[in-house]
Amino acid sequence: MNCQVLLFAAARDLANSERIDVEVPPPVTAAAVLDGLGRQVPRLLPLLPACRLAVDQAFVPADFPVSAGSELALIPPVSGG
Amino acid sequence: MTPESNPILIGSQRVRVELIDRPIDRRPLSDFIRDPDTGAQAWFEGVTRRMTGSQQTDRLEYEAFTPMATRQLQELAAQAMDAFSLTAVAITHRLGVVPIGEASILIGCSAAHRKGPLAALPWLMDQIKADVAIWKREHFAGGQSQWVHPQ
Repeated sequence: MNCQVLLFAAARDLANSERIDVEVPPPVTAAAVLDGLGRQVPRLLPLLPACRLAVDQAFVPADFPVSAGSELALIPPVSGG
Repeated sequence: MTPESNPILIGSQRVRVELIDRPIDRRPLSDFIRDPDTGAQAWFEGVTRRMTGSQQTDRLEYEAFTPMATRQLQELAAQAMDAFSLTAVAITHRLGVVPIGEASILIGCSAAHRKGPLAALPWLMDQIKADVAIWKREHFAGGQSQWVHPQ
């Protein structure tokens, strides 16, 4: 399944892009999307273990099944406030 | 360019959340949480700091995944309303470049008595710093910059 993932902050800078298309083999879980990002953009690998995936603007667990059409976002450790 | 969110008011709940790209004006928040039936207002203002350890920061720059951060702030404000028996909560976070010494976040809350609002502020800040999709980039006096990603 082709998944488009939004990138922010250091992740966006490392990938030099605000979004990335990743081809993820089934079963398409949140963990599989993160693995796919690391394969596609190895420069993200040091940051990925600390990142969370948001599906439709909510954090999801690693085994969350991602369905086509969902909005995916890679969320590096946050630092607001 | 940083997208902003308009102030969002949830139903009958007295919750106001916004992400803005300009200096924070306290008045609309103050007007929002003011209520003749409350006896306490508590405020937290987060201000950009010059020194982190021995490094001197020149300015901070904030970025958000605006729709997610807005939704998260709404949910946290609604949870705080229930958990701390508040009458109203207003949260404004500034995005873009924030010069040293200016407010990056302002939270105001009101209730009949002081204990709820005073306890809600540290709880809200802890949640925001842990989960809300906002990031800051430090620009140091020497010209380097780095995203802050606490792990």
